[in-house]
Amino acid sequence: MHLAYPVVLSALLFCTGVYGVLARRNAILVLMSVELMLNAVNLNLVAFDAWLSRAAQAAFPHDGLHSGQALTLFTIAIAAAEIGIGLAIVLAVYRNRGTADVDRLRDTAEDRGGSDGTDATARAGVPAPGSGEKAEASA
Amino acid sequence: MSHGFLSPTGVEITFVLVGLVTLGAAVVSVTTRQLVHAALWLVVALGGLAVEYLLLTAEFIAWVQVLIYVGSVVVLLLFGLMLTRAPIGRSPDADSGNRGVALGVAVAAAVALVWVVVDAFRTTWIDLDGASAGTTEVTGASLFQHWVLPFEALSVLLLAALVGAIVLSRKRNADSGEGGER
Repeated sequence: MHLAYPVVLSALLFCTGVYGVLARRNAILVLMSVELMLNAVNLNLVAFDAWLSRAAQAAFPHDGLHSGQALTLFTIAIAAAEIGIGLAIVLAVYRNRGTADVDRLRDTAEDRGGSDGTDATARAGVPAPGSGEKAEASA
Repeated sequence: MSHGFLSPTGVEITFVLVGLVTLGAAVVSVTTRQLVHAALWLVVALGGLAVEYLLLTAEFIAWVQVLIYVGSVVVLLLFGLMLTRAPIGRSPDADSGNRGVALGVAVAAAVALVWVVVDAFRTTWIDLDGASAGTTEVTGASLFQHWVLPFEALSVLLLAALVGAIVLSRKRNADSGEGGER
């Protein structure tokens, strides 16, 4: 098989994930796009392992290192851990703020003109959080 | 063994067809306005990637992909969508205002990456004949001969992630009642 096929597919999937991360507003959809990007990297690792392990086998017949496939397994495990932690963070933010839209979480943004932060809070449909809630959310 | 760029083998044709399905599902998944449909199209994309792993003779990785991604990650994402009360129908504000910029960045990155990798690997072929490079036996042998220490470190990381997820998703107002539980 020509190596260009899996590598080009991986590049296109990665760019699809980049578009999703930049364009989506819901935090969970952003996490889905991150998963797409991680899978593109996995496809790259598997393809390069299928290419290079055969070449290494010709030179060293008893050295089955298979770094690409081992790293793919590690990446899958780390992605599973990442999605668990990410979803826990998103759920904590949703419980504190009543929204999971990344555009509305502007507490650490620069105050442009003095109306942006309060406007975002008002649009989110939640009462202005007290200082205690804020400290708790950032803890 | 002679290679021809314009005379693809059966494996290559299958790879391209499954790849088109995968890419289409990924594109629909990042552009659809129905949030639950996005997660379901993600299942199609991840399953297509599992088929691609099979075609690249990485059998164990393919089944791990089905188990972990299709089995658990997508279910977690669907749970997350439900718990944040995502609307079931079409939601008009699924995309933020910077779609144009995002599309520009993605297309520019795609053009640059595809150009570079096609130029770099124009004359490289994967030899998929002979013994499979990714059976469970081969993968297990390499994993437990050469990669034992990273494997064990990864199990500690998974434990830390488990504890972290539990701590993060506990209800905060239980803190005042029980006191000093963290």
